[in-house]
Amino acid sequence: MAVELSFSEEINNLLYASGGNPVTTCIQCGTCAGTCPAVEYMDHTPRQLIGMIGANMKEEVLASNTYWSCSSCYHCTVRCPAGINITGLMYGLQRFAMWRDKQAEDLIGPEFTESFVKMVMRTGRAFEPALAPTYVTKYGTREMLEEVRTASALFFKGRMPMLPKKIKRLENLREMVRRVIPLGGAS
Amino acid sequence: MTQYGFYPGCSLESLAVSYGMSTMETTRELGLDLVELDDWNCCGATSYFHVDQLFAYTLVARNIAIAEREGLDFVTPCSGCYMNAYFTNKYLKEDPDLAEHINYALAADDLTLHGTTKVRHLLEVFIEDVGYEAIKAKTTRPLDGIKVAAYYGCQLVRPRKDGEEIENPQYFEKLMEAIGADAVDFASKTRCCGGALMVTNRKAALDMVLRLLQDAENRETDVIATICPMCNINLEVYQRQVNREFGTNFAIPALYFTQLIGLAMGIAPGRLGIGKELVHLTPSLLA
Repeated sequence: MAVELSFSEEINNLLYASGGNPVTTCIQCGTCAGTCPAVEYMDHTPRQLIGMIGANMKEEVLASNTYWSCSSCYHCTVRCPAGINITGLMYGLQRFAMWRDKQAEDLIGPEFTESFVKMVMRTGRAFEPALAPTYVTKYGTREMLEEVRTASALFFKGRMPMLPKKIKRLENLREMVRRVIPLGGAS
Repeated sequence: MTQYGFYPGCSLESLAVSYGMSTMETTRELGLDLVELDDWNCCGATSYFHVDQLFAYTLVARNIAIAEREGLDFVTPCSGCYMNAYFTNKYLKEDPDLAEHINYALAADDLTLHGTTKVRHLLEVFIEDVGYEAIKAKTTRPLDGIKVAAYYGCQLVRPRKDGEEIENPQYFEKLMEAIGADAVDFASKTRCCGGALMVTNRKAALDMVLRLLQDAENRETDVIATICPMCNINLEVYQRQVNREFGTNFAIPALYFTQLIGLAMGIAPGRLGIGKELVHLTPSLLA
């Protein structure tokens, strides 16, 4: 008989390979929330989010912008007295949401990640100008103009190349990736 | 000359071109031979780990395996690349099943990873392999009276790599003092610059940069010294946008540590990529 996992069990399994203690060991002390430099921009503090996972509030967790507002600075992780890899949890939730195509609307993060990965599959290297269209269109007019201004200033300083570089053994790189994950449209 | 397997990272060919130039100039002067890894690929920054861990480890492992094939330490000037490579190397060493899986993928490019290579940040090589004294001895134009905020950022210090001090490290300040600069007490030195949030959550990232700039200004900083392209770009390129967003008036230059060391060693500013900044340098820095 198949056993249906609770959401919090799913998340714990997801973090099996990330190191650190399971989220169920959280003592709700709030050190993470007090340490996080981006907490003011999160729907829920990391402490709240962990509490919500424990309470199996799957829909609310998936709708939260918290893990897409994480800058991966690892400050919470190194200070967590329960030894939870909180940054790893944020990455885990991003993957959980990306693979299920479930996330809060109006987020730039998921689309940016997708473009980034596709770009690397095309060339083997990151190339900033190719990424800009994925996010500037979501900015307001003022921000978009500001971004264009910055980009042209960088161009005139010789900091913005016109063409992306390609690695030589790109086919091998793609084959490597095919050996670990299904690529779908990105191949 | 000691040889190192050099992994520049993608930014060194674009936004951080001056980091690349000053790295090559200063290492040559200090007797370090950086050999660029053949056909290296992007390490994925944070994006690969948003998608899949195996995918991320595989792409990072390819670069380490290239260094390993040459029998050289893997050295990178980018803190993001450094952290990705450091932990990929460590996890693969600790987990033979994971290593077997990744090595099956690497075989598609005739590579294998045994975990025999050391992954190091360029700053670490300057401090441990060259040393403060040797750098001081090469200093012909000490940065006397220049107040430097030595900014570590996140990924060099966190997560902790090997039992080292991470709440209040001092080695970067010591390096700046070795070239004659006055290292200010920069309390925000390991606080995050916002990283990729500059793209995905602009407001949050600008706010994070604002706090760093405020702290630097409170310490009457002349220049912020950086060790990572991402930190430098957020602090320097986006300073104008911080000023617009918050009505501030910051004009604090940010230079890579290799540029400051290069200046102190008397290397011509142009060869260090100086002049490519968006925040102008104060004349005293170049005097």
